[in-house]
Amino acid sequence: MTDDDRVFKALADPTRRSLLDQLFVRDGRTLTELESGLEMTRFGVAKHLRVLEDAGLVVVRRSGREKLHFLNAVPIRLVHDRWIDKYTERQLSALANLKHELEGTA
Amino acid sequence: MTTMTETNVATQVHRVYIKATPEAIWDAITKPEWSRRYGYGGSVEFELRPGGAYRTHASEEFVARGAPEIVLDGQVLEADPPRRLVQTWRMLMDPELAAEGFTRLTYEIEPSETGVTRLTVTHDLSGAPRLASLVAGEHEGQGAGGGWSWVLSGLKTLLETGAPLDR
Repeated sequence: MTDDDRVFKALADPTRRSLLDQLFVRDGRTLTELESGLEMTRFGVAKHLRVLEDAGLVVVRRSGREKLHFLNAVPIRLVHDRWIDKYTERQLSALANLKHELEGTA
Repeated sequence: MTTMTETNVATQVHRVYIKATPEAIWDAITKPEWSRRYGYGGSVEFELRPGGAYRTHASEEFVARGAPEIVLDGQVLEADPPRRLVQTWRMLMDPELAAEGFTRLTYEIEPSETGVTRLTVTHDLSGAPRLASLVAGEHEGQGAGGGWSWVLSGLKTLLETGAPLDR
């Protein structure tokens, strides 16, 4: 599996997206804190967090006795720069061409 | 536990995997000929020893748009090439950001057997909420650039392809 595959797979699940949203609102949370926002067992949440960690979307840092989860947006940025920019640019240039053609024939 | 979380709100962790040697990544962070080619395009100036000065000079394009000549300053706290750099970091783009004072930045560069190097940037933004939202990329729509994730994406592209991101 490539890095992109792991990111898309991780994002293709509502619980995992909700975990990322929770971290976006407030970063650096423990499993216990993240678990309290979801109707799911601790084991289930931990499993989802592991998928996010494998995709690089969550980075775990130790702080004393606690394991804190941080949102890492860089993989999403890489997907954006690799995929989204490319296609939105093409759309823009298609529009520009259309405008050019319409104006040329007007 | 609540006091614990309060302090963590101010920390951001940004991580990227780059197919490059730790030395190449270290150079890209600490040398102006590299720093000019990705992110905000400023020229860094580092005295790589504890207590040494750090500055980033704005690119010509930035100065033309009204940025001060020195856009960032700070002090080197630890320099262990090519593995670890700890420094203070203050943004001087506008008076309000400058007033938030110095934040703390840690770069960790960890090689692996596969030739892919892990770069982790930990930014302690205690007392700097405006800077925190700027480096999180929240003002990108207003032309402020995409913060750390954008800078690191550009760094990865530059080192892996030899060409800067298109923008």
